[in-house]
Amino acid sequence: MKLDINHIRNQFPILHQEVNGKPLVYFDNAATTQKPQRVIDALNKYYTLDNANIHRAAHTLASRSTEYFEQTRKAIQQFINAKEDAECIFTKGVTESINLVAQSWGRKFLQAGDEVVITTMEHHSNIVPWQMICEEKGAILKVIPINDAGELLIDEYDKLLSPKTKMVACVWVSNALGTINPVKEIIEKAHAVGAKVLLDGAQACSHLEVDVQALDCDFLTISSHKLYGPTGVGVLYGKRELLDAMPPYQGGGEMIKEVTFAKTTYNDIPFKFEAGTPNIADVIAFKYALDFVNELGKPAIAKHEDQLLRHFVNGIVEIHGIKLVGTAAQKVSVQSFVLNNMHHFDVGMMLDAKGIAVRTGHHCTQPLMQRFGMDGTVRASFAVYNTIEEVDVLLDALRKLANLNT
Amino acid sequence: MPTPKDIQNEIIDNFSLFEGDMEQTLMYLMDLGKKLPAMPEEHKIEEFIVKGCQSKVWVFPKFTDGKVQFEVDSNTEITKGLLYLLWSIWNNQTPETILNTELYFIEKIGMSRMIGTQRSNGFTAMIQKMKAFATLYQQHGNS
Repeated sequence: MKLDINHIRNQFPILHQEVNGKPLVYFDNAATTQKPQRVIDALNKYYTLDNANIHRAAHTLASRSTEYFEQTRKAIQQFINAKEDAECIFTKGVTESINLVAQSWGRKFLQAGDEVVITTMEHHSNIVPWQMICEEKGAILKVIPINDAGELLIDEYDKLLSPKTKMVACVWVSNALGTINPVKEIIEKAHAVGAKVLLDGAQACSHLEVDVQALDCDFLTISSHKLYGPTGVGVLYGKRELLDAMPPYQGGGEMIKEVTFAKTTYNDIPFKFEAGTPNIADVIAFKYALDFVNELGKPAIAKHEDQLLRHFVNGIVEIHGIKLVGTAAQKVSVQSFVLNNMHHFDVGMMLDAKGIAVRTGHHCTQPLMQRFGMDGTVRASFAVYNTIEEVDVLLDALRKLANLNT
Repeated sequence: MPTPKDIQNEIIDNFSLFEGDMEQTLMYLMDLGKKLPAMPEEHKIEEFIVKGCQSKVWVFPKFTDGKVQFEVDSNTEITKGLLYLLWSIWNNQTPETILNTELYFIEKIGMSRMIGTQRSNGFTAMIQKMKAFATLYQQHGNS
């Protein structure tokens, strides 16, 4: 199916504005996507008509908000094809999802001398939580290296795996490079040595089809705000047998079965991991973002985004003085680059002056930047509502900047 | 010797020519940065780094004949332009003049719109670093 991009753009009110006197060109989608009207309306409706604390209440508003909240859980279950909705835990984002696994699973199951494997292209949120728990437990962090294109060296991964490997925590799609990692193969190899696998799906879930049962991943993290939904909502998917065996991450309301001063027994999943009042409004609105993506269909979205990426890359390789960073064979619509004559911060500001929003800096992947011998890049990331014409605006701007005599 | 007030008024006049066009303003800032005297590499050490800036910024002071001389540099061109503005106002002024300067040009040229909140914080850090050196020389001279 070919998408009607104009129709899609009309659902995103934020796109129809000028920045610095120029039409906004929003290419910072890997940082956060914009929100369709239906998501904004859902937030408005919730606070206008439905606001009540969820679960355990006798009144109508509470049962309504509970029902809507749990509908999002069901929608997520279907979105990732989890066996049951209880395997989908709401968090405040991918960072919290990873910390939950590192702290809860890691505390219980990691021992001194065990090994946790990550990759060179991890976001800091999939490095630091593992460093913290490894330090606490005397476990060892191992890192899969990459080639100059930004692809994992699977031979090296094979060498890192051993019975000591207890967890492979791996980004599915690199936020800085756009590389799609061969996660099915990574998971199979990890399982062959008895290790569990956490996939950081922050960047992947808006572009790629997700089927946690087919992948057989043990944990998957999802970000709402990178999926056209509100900020402050994430999901941790985990296999029931693992989540059941893990201790709670935080204590408080909601997560208990019974509390006495002598002893507390814990609730079942998912509530065991959802202490306190959750971000009800944003969780409810998240479902509308999932509906938006489902209606378009991932294959159609990916096809359009891929056209944008190819158009951009074909244009940029013609410009003298620009170097692409991240040229993997399998990529989503994310492209990092650097200009020979200008610091990435300056490029970002000059593009902003033309109404073009990109991200500059290390993208929370400092070890990856070190691998490429850089302190940062400019990153353009395309979403379903972007157009070829917008890519041309960026290419024109870059042609001029690359020719500046600085 | 023009006073900080003279120089600030000149800056305001010059920036007003661009009538808020961001692209031209930034290009002009980058051109200004090129006018800075080169800073010796050996002065670009930890002690003279301005903390709180996204880009790397160095401010190295000297004190001769009762006046403060600054060497300034950055790894990014737009920041160098911002440094040039401060340098043109304060280089070779007495510590008292520096400490008594009200930097009204910042608001008049619409700096915060130009560089955003994050860089505004960095710009404030540059000002504080330069003023801190002025305070030091005011209190202790060259010792």
